[in-house]
Amino acid sequence: MPLDTTLRDQMLSAVPSLRAFAISLSGNVDRADDLVQETLLRAIANIESFQPGTNMSAWLFTILRNLFRSEYRKRRREVEDTDGSYAESLKSQPEQGSHLEFKEFRTALAKLPPDQREALILVGASGFSYEEAAAICECAVGTIKSRVNRARNRLADLLAIEGAEDFGPDHATRAILAAGGGRG
Amino acid sequence: MTDDDKPDRPGHMQTEVNQRKPKGRLGRDVQSKIGQQLRSMYDNVVSEGVPDRFSEMLRQLDQQQAQPDQKDKEVN
Repeated sequence: MPLDTTLRDQMLSAVPSLRAFAISLSGNVDRADDLVQETLLRAIANIESFQPGTNMSAWLFTILRNLFRSEYRKRRREVEDTDGSYAESLKSQPEQGSHLEFKEFRTALAKLPPDQREALILVGASGFSYEEAAAICECAVGTIKSRVNRARNRLADLLAIEGAEDFGPDHATRAILAAGGGRG
Repeated sequence: MTDDDKPDRPGHMQTEVNQRKPKGRLGRDVQSKIGQQLRSMYDNVVSEGVPDRFSEMLRQLDQQQAQPDQKDKEVN
């Protein structure tokens, strides 16, 4: 069955946000793009199960999240030591221009439990409602709310502990300077 | 200080209690800064748009589906 043009356009317009979500989850741009590609292929293969008129973006996010989850579980079985494996993948990834700016924030984000991380991103960055986020994560709305709260608290702690006493407008600039060898 | 901050037990030393940061709750300031960082990190990626890789992939899938006959002819 050929893919409806409208559906294809809806998929394409969801790609930028899907990538941002995937990068936030995996901490790795290349892996994130692979995840997005697989998500699109799955979506096309299962397009009959998409109900026209419902939120295409939320549907794709659900697929991507499930893919990431199953990959994460698989890796968990394969690799004994999982604590910090995400943080390690951050360290080994080559610095890429615009992504460098948020290194400190990403490192803190990487230390959150996956449940809390995804909830915070969906609600705090992707712009989904608590209800939509709950549907994507297949859990109760209250669970999403408490995960988001815990994520925020933990991030505040982590960022304060890691020397961002004056966590403020200059934060990103200081991160760049620090990473660039502290010029000036 | 607001009425909400009144200690339950009058006469209890309150200075120390009131100076302590409420546990498990973030100031609005910290919350909004975390929100800002999160969104600008996210929007930074969003602003990169759709990489060619994905539009190209969907275009190729379209072509394959639109011209299945041609493909058969090529094989023959």
